[in-house]
Amino acid sequence: MITLGQVLILAAILFCISVAGIFINRKNVIILLMCIELMLLSVNMNFIAFSHFLHDMAGQIFVFFILTVAAAESAIGLAILVVLFRNRNTINVEELGTLKG
Amino acid sequence: MSSDMESIYLAIVLAPLAGSLIAGLFGKLIGRSGAHWVTIIGVGISSVLSMYAFKDLMFDGGEIFNRSIYTWLTTGGISFEIGFMVDQLTVTMMVVVSFVSWMIHIYTIGYMHDDPGYQRFFSYISLFTFAMLMLVMSNNFLQLFFGWEAVGLVSYLLIGFWFKRESAIFANLKAFLVNRIGDFGFLLGIAAVLMTFNTLDYNQVFAMAPDYANSTISIISGTDWSLMSVICICLFIGAMGKSAQVPLHVWLPDSMEGPTPISALIHAATMVTAGIFMVARMSPLFELSETALTFVLVIGSITAFFMGLLGLVQNDIKRVVAYSTLSQLGYMTVALGVSAYSAAIFHLVTHAFFKALLFLAAGSVIMAMHHEQDMRKMGGLYRYMPITWVTSLIGSLALIGFPGTAGFYSKDAIIEAVHHSSLPFANWAYIAVLSGVFITALYSFRLFFLVFHGKERMDRNTWEHLKESPAVVTVPLSVLAIPSVILGVFLIGPMLFGDYFTAAIHVQANHDVLGVLGEDYHGVWSFTLHAFQAAPVYLALTGVAVAWLLYIKFPEIPAKIANRFKWIHQILINKYGLDDFNQLVFAGGARKTGSLLWQIGDVKIIDGVIVDGTASAIRWFSGKIRNIQTGHLYDYAFTMIIGLLLLLAVFVHHILG
Amino acid sequence: MLPQIQLVIPELVLLCLASIALVLDTYSTSKNKVLTFRFVQISLLIVIALIFVVSPDTQEYAFNNHFISDPMSVVLKLVICIISLVVFFYSYEYLKEHENVKGEYFVLGLFAVLGMMIMSSAASLLTIYLGLELLSLSLYSMIAMHKDSLTASEAAMKYFVLGALASGMLLYGISMLYGVTGVLDLQGISSFANAGVDADMNIMLVFGLVFIVVGIAFKLGAVPFHMWVPDIYEGSPTAVTLFISTAPKIAAFAMTIRLLSDGLQDLLSDWQGMLIILSLLSMAVGNIIAISQTNIKRMLAYSTIAHVGFFLLGIISGTASGYAGSMFYIIVYAIMSMGSFGMIIFLGKKGYEADQLDDFKGLAKRSPWYAFIMLILMFSMAGIPPLIGFWAKWFVIKEVVAMGYVWLAAVAVVFSVIGAFYYLRIIKLMYFDEPDEMLAIKASRELRLVLSVNGMVILILGFIPGALMALCLSALS
Repeated sequence: MITLGQVLILAAILFCISVAGIFINRKNVIILLMCIELMLLSVNMNFIAFSHFLHDMAGQIFVFFILTVAAAESAIGLAILVVLFRNRNTINVEELGTLKG
Repeated sequence: MSSDMESIYLAIVLAPLAGSLIAGLFGKLIGRSGAHWVTIIGVGISSVLSMYAFKDLMFDGGEIFNRSIYTWLTTGGISFEIGFMVDQLTVTMMVVVSFVSWMIHIYTIGYMHDDPGYQRFFSYISLFTFAMLMLVMSNNFLQLFFGWEAVGLVSYLLIGFWFKRESAIFANLKAFLVNRIGDFGFLLGIAAVLMTFNTLDYNQVFAMAPDYANSTISIISGTDWSLMSVICICLFIGAMGKSAQVPLHVWLPDSMEGPTPISALIHAATMVTAGIFMVARMSPLFELSETALTFVLVIGSITAFFMGLLGLVQNDIKRVVAYSTLSQLGYMTVALGVSAYSAAIFHLVTHAFFKALLFLAAGSVIMAMHHEQDMRKMGGLYRYMPITWVTSLIGSLALIGFPGTAGFYSKDAIIEAVHHSSLPFANWAYIAVLSGVFITALYSFRLFFLVFHGKERMDRNTWEHLKESPAVVTVPLSVLAIPSVILGVFLIGPMLFGDYFTAAIHVQANHDVLGVLGEDYHGVWSFTLHAFQAAPVYLALTGVAVAWLLYIKFPEIPAKIANRFKWIHQILINKYGLDDFNQLVFAGGARKTGSLLWQIGDVKIIDGVIVDGTASAIRWFSGKIRNIQTGHLYDYAFTMIIGLLLLLAVFVHHILG
Repeated sequence: MLPQIQLVIPELVLLCLASIALVLDTYSTSKNKVLTFRFVQISLLIVIALIFVVSPDTQEYAFNNHFISDPMSVVLKLVICIISLVVFFYSYEYLKEHENVKGEYFVLGLFAVLGMMIMSSAASLLTIYLGLELLSLSLYSMIAMHKDSLTASEAAMKYFVLGALASGMLLYGISMLYGVTGVLDLQGISSFANAGVDADMNIMLVFGLVFIVVGIAFKLGAVPFHMWVPDIYEGSPTAVTLFISTAPKIAAFAMTIRLLSDGLQDLLSDWQGMLIILSLLSMAVGNIIAISQTNIKRMLAYSTIAHVGFFLLGIISGTASGYAGSMFYIIVYAIMSMGSFGMIIFLGKKGYEADQLDDFKGLAKRSPWYAFIMLILMFSMAGIPPLIGFWAKWFVIKEVVAMGYVWLAAVAVVFSVIGAFYYLRIIKLMYFDEPDEMLAIKASRELRLVLSVNGMVILILGFIPGALMALCLSALS
């Protein structure tokens, strides 16, 4: 039997992987978008686990909202990526540094 | 009657404001002459009405006015109001401020004649007059603070009037920081007043103050501090910033970069005396704390003596006058310290006139010399500028306290008052102010002889164009010269020994040094004659004689002295320290480690390291720390995660532990 | 069953109007898109009127405690709509001058306003999240709208990634709160926390709270979650920077109050400490780095960070009057920021952005009146009496002192002193330096009028701070 704690730890690990991905990855902006997606999914996992163990539906409904928002967010993220690529001909994260100081 | 007075007081305050706004916003429309007419009329109205108010209160038995005009805001039982309290002290200040300002407005027509910022300049000095009047006429601490900040800001803007250099940003930062230290103390003092008395109204605070004479507070737990001492010292720190007392004096000599009318109005006659006025106004509080009074006395005597010494070695004509101002402010502070508040205000009044006169005369000389300020390139000017020469002589005589002039009565009263004081350090202060008299005479007449007598050392081109200044300059000079001579005779009796300030200034019986003096006072003439039996007059005359010997009779001697006592001269030239101190420390060249040791603890360190150091440290730090904003996304994300972990570590750990 | 639907009528109407505007815009052929602009302005006016009409005086819930209408939400919504109205006006002038007007700006703007209104009325974690995302997604797109700008696309990408990271953290915190309390509505969370929790639960609760504070701090731009602010302020087109720096700050205030006060007031002692750290860091970093800036948009970004530090002081006090002080602060800040960016728009012209400090050189000679307006704005930001910015600082500092944090107040005063310096530098540039060239200022009569009114509001509010404060107090009573 899987306990609540085990699911929460799995979600936390996923969350940490995604956060680490955001600052360790220095090459590709698309990987950033994937990490963001993973982060939202780890939160979804939390919600579903709580919802299941609390016998409360509200958590699962929240997940649907998050999924919807995540879809919109990815769409906008990719759109910005396209604009960025058109302007710079690169999606290297390291070259994204003209604004600073 | 008092409702009439209310509208008069409002007119006194609002006339300069209206002039300032018109000249500032519609400067282009009304043109140069429009701008000076509108502001001169504005300040003129307020000057004439101030004199009327003075007459009403002093001679026609008018009542002391104390009323709120406008309630700003009421919050938590405390109300913020704009109100006027016009008593003898206020009305004296009003006349001084508005009259000197009026004269300086007229003088500015001549001095700023060719300046492109003509209209703006008039707008600023009128605005300053408004702010200063609001400050002195206030009936509560909040308005006092507003006026205090406003005059500071206008002066900050005016010091920068001629700044063109980019580095000036950080030179300004220095002046700004020094004044902030003072204001910070002042604000803490006001906050302490608010917390203790729960009101900011002068009369209510003064009425309740004696009840708190022996209360204590513990700022650091376990130690008890006298409440009144804390309040008064905080307030006095504010006065130290504004009235340029050691060690917060360093901004005043630098402020001489501004145009001369500003030096005369703000940095000699009015704004720098705001601190003196404030302490006199708060006399019911200061009287309750001997600690605070002693502190005031010590700071004042240090300023009076050491700043005078610095005046001896300056070659810039305006800087000499600036150091003399510092020293005279020290005299006033000493008078405050020994509870001779009336003497301080008396000296403030006479000083306002003769120091404004000296500054304007210096300005007149500077104009004739085509904006040359180095006294070593002047000399013999009395032939070309008779009016400036006469008025400067009058100003200098008043400054050194020559018997009969206004400065004589006020300064002598201070010296005598210190003599009678029983505070600790009073005998040291007595020695300081007494030797200060000699120093004052020496530097004043050094300036006078170097500029007006001796060899003509200017270049040929300047020499050919030497001429007396126009009437807009000489008329204010002459008008200011009259009170510099006669004011003392008229005011000493009522102001010091009469009941002129009875209602406004509170002195405890055991501090009342002026009362002691008053017992021996038998009219102006005996006071004047008595002076010839005492040291100050002879010290002053010796000073003049020494100056004459050194700079007229044997002009080669000063250079020899400077050579012989090179080290003393160097200390003074460098304002008690090495200009290189920073370089010595930071550039790493330990050339004079030995001489370094005795410079530690002197004024230059305060100026050079603490003040300049803070300013440049902030700039340096700002330049460095901005690099944490690397521009890279991953660094930003990393910072956020560090922030998250920090908060988690602190708070979750806090609960677990 | 649609309980209490009349409470959400303003939001519903705004949603419909925004959708209509989107369609209308595709049919609008005029170069200046004047039709879209007018329609959007009228929409906001309609919404303002509706808020007045339908809002109850008392506190009422709708949608099973997910939506609340109380005095605070009404006041905040009104302020958000009015500020957006003025911001859109400034932006229209900017877009007209610099490029062909894009109708999307206004449509996205309306959606952002809708998101902010939902945040103001949010009574559950779900509505807060949805309102926040609606606002953020609109803002990301608005920045990137300027398709050919290198800096704008970089700014949009940075904002997007960091914003998504922050909302991911916020969501993680929300999931923790949900897991501990088992409910999503703030009322329920509040009564759960009030009933007292055992030690294990408390750790979970504080664990979630940290993530939630991070989400709030990011939205406000508090150090160390401020890194996006300077880059986004500098990189975005001025019209968008103007929008980001005004109304969303008010929405962020709403979010702060909803989460920390309505939901987690019982954890005051925990979040108070966190906010003190954020506040101190913000005041320090913002004020110090601002000194070495040469780009005025970037300088204003650091000034925002410093202002957030002050704003947090009122929240830290944890009392209704403290919250009112913060509300006062953030509203005043929005008005001042609007004026400052309006000034940058006012000075710019086609192909030239007046975003360097040097562009303000000698402004007093070019135009004394507008130099005076800028002087008022800068003095007010510096907190110099008697302008409204002084009162804003006064109220929050007073609350902190009342709570016994005298040292915090003293530190705040010291930093406000350092901060005053860079504002005064602009005044020095305007009044004491010679302009590089005596360019005539080309701005429409409407822009001149609105900018003047903006400056005068700051001046006049300074004389009647009591009125605005009374409004804020009544909103939070």
